[in-house]
Amino acid sequence: MSLAHTWSVALVGLEGHLVEVEADISQGLPKTTLIGLPDASLSEARDRVRAAVVNSGERFPDRKVTIGLSPATLPKTGSHYDVAIALSLLTAAGVVEPGALKQTAIIGELGLDGRVREVRGALAMTLAAARASFERIVVPELNAGEARLVPGIEVYGVRSLRQVLALLRGTEIPDEAPPRAEPRLLSESLTRVPEVDLDDVIGQREGRRAIEAAAAGGHHLFLHGPPGSGKTMLAERLAGLMPDLSMDDSLEVSAVHSLAGLLTSDAELVVRPPFIAPHHTASLASLVGGGSGMPRPGAISCAHRGILFIDEAPEMHPLTLDTLRQPLESGYIEVHRAAAVAKFPARFMLVLAANPCPCGLSGTNQGTCNCTPQVLMRYRQRISGPIKDRLDIQRQILPAARNIAEGERPESTEVVAARVRAARDRQAYRYRNTGWILNSEVPGPVLRRDYPLDSASQKLLEDLYSSGRLTARGLDRVVRVAWTLADLEGIDQPTVDLTHQAFQLRSGEPLTDLSDARPLKGSMP
Amino acid sequence: MRTKNAVGQYGEELAAKYLRSHGFAVLERNWRCELGEIDIVAREGDTLVICEVKTRRGLNYGTPLESITYKKLTTLRKLAGRWLQTHQLRPAAIRIDVIAVLFDQNTPPSVDHIRGAA
Repeated sequence: MSLAHTWSVALVGLEGHLVEVEADISQGLPKTTLIGLPDASLSEARDRVRAAVVNSGERFPDRKVTIGLSPATLPKTGSHYDVAIALSLLTAAGVVEPGALKQTAIIGELGLDGRVREVRGALAMTLAAARASFERIVVPELNAGEARLVPGIEVYGVRSLRQVLALLRGTEIPDEAPPRAEPRLLSESLTRVPEVDLDDVIGQREGRRAIEAAAAGGHHLFLHGPPGSGKTMLAERLAGLMPDLSMDDSLEVSAVHSLAGLLTSDAELVVRPPFIAPHHTASLASLVGGGSGMPRPGAISCAHRGILFIDEAPEMHPLTLDTLRQPLESGYIEVHRAAAVAKFPARFMLVLAANPCPCGLSGTNQGTCNCTPQVLMRYRQRISGPIKDRLDIQRQILPAARNIAEGERPESTEVVAARVRAARDRQAYRYRNTGWILNSEVPGPVLRRDYPLDSASQKLLEDLYSSGRLTARGLDRVVRVAWTLADLEGIDQPTVDLTHQAFQLRSGEPLTDLSDARPLKGSMP
Repeated sequence: MRTKNAVGQYGEELAAKYLRSHGFAVLERNWRCELGEIDIVAREGDTLVICEVKTRRGLNYGTPLESITYKKLTTLRKLAGRWLQTHQLRPAAIRIDVIAVLFDQNTPPSVDHIRGAA
């Protein structure tokens, strides 16, 4: 009888593929078939669409209806094709003018009453549609906020199928009850950026130096110390030191969060670096991403361009922790599942916190540690060498009471963040033609070739290397931190003192330069 | 029961009229055997058409067409075979059609014809 088609978007990971939704109404007894590798939630679209069409006051064709989603070989999952299916069907049935939906992508789940419900990943889908040069996209009203963040495409947020039909016919758009946002318990706990200021932290000069350097250069950080010494406190303040995300990063992070269902409905772009703190019992799949069928982003991708903070790191399963090795190097994670391979961005700053030993008292003056050497060794081995090796800055955090010296008011987040921003600007300028942004991203060989240290610093590092206190990889990492320290000082090249401090930051030795009172600058030659 | 039968009969009457007006020759109506009943046997050109008529008085229980199940179609196929056997005919082609007749309040009855339902 009749044939029509509309467009929707399939997501594989963050990558959107345009999907043509064809509807064919032909002679035969009433029956609706849905083809094109749908999963269970998509197969149910048949019944949802049927009820929604009837309850929107339209007739469901009393004929053999075939819905085809192509490319047919791409497995499709999720309920966001409902509206596209309904409109394709109604176009084939002659209810909607053919051609009314030209250059229009459609996403949205239908309720049985014809309501259009919100979907996950609307931002990434809109991006895909815009990239495929579609002019318009129809999205659920609750997703319109995030969809409008995408430039170059007109966004129609709708509440019901009736509204879409009125829009297409040019008749008056019926008023509908506003949609109720689903409760988002997860999002609040997951993307919480703590509203805390650095001036709450008394003392902790070494800790403050460590997080300042980490924030400036994007260096991974390891904080260890007895319970209650302020590890978590410092880690939470690290997020506040980082500058806002760039526009591109912001879109990318928002797309991941949209897919993970973390964006709220009044969605604006995620502009602050996310702070994700999974519990140490987190499963492997929840961390790296996964799920049956279509992979979903995990905590490390949600922490993209932000901070992944793992408290009590030695309590985490070593295998789980070790899965971070590859994304730490490459900045992305590939999740392989039967239905598809998804690639998610995962360039995060890793912050690990740990107690010194299971009882938490080793190396402190708060009591006697009664852990046996064997217990201690086993505890420390739970963070594997390869992970430890990637932590550029290691710091022992001791309870403040022990190192409160002066009564002067600590520097606030604002002051330190300004220094961090300046240091990042210097890096961006130095690497302007390379594609890297931060010291921590620049490969070792390039660093050695294009940005050599002065001879005194090189001599220092050679001595440390030949005496076995530094590995070859460790050497590169010290050089990166040294550059970051130089950027924080606002000088063009690391001095030998800064290089030495970079080594101390990495090896965990006490910082000699911090023996005299604050301004660090003053102590530098 | 009586009302129901009457509605059905009236529906079949309408269906037969519809077929005739569309160039079908109605050969037989309400042919029965122990397998069941064929509502209308007709001929369109050299194609023999076995026709099932379904009549409803409203859409409260779904459309008439929806009530034709796979089982019903299987029965119709068997009936077609039996009819041919009984009549010793060898038509060039055989087809099973379904005609839905809907009596809706205040509107004239509608006839919906599906060719080649099975």
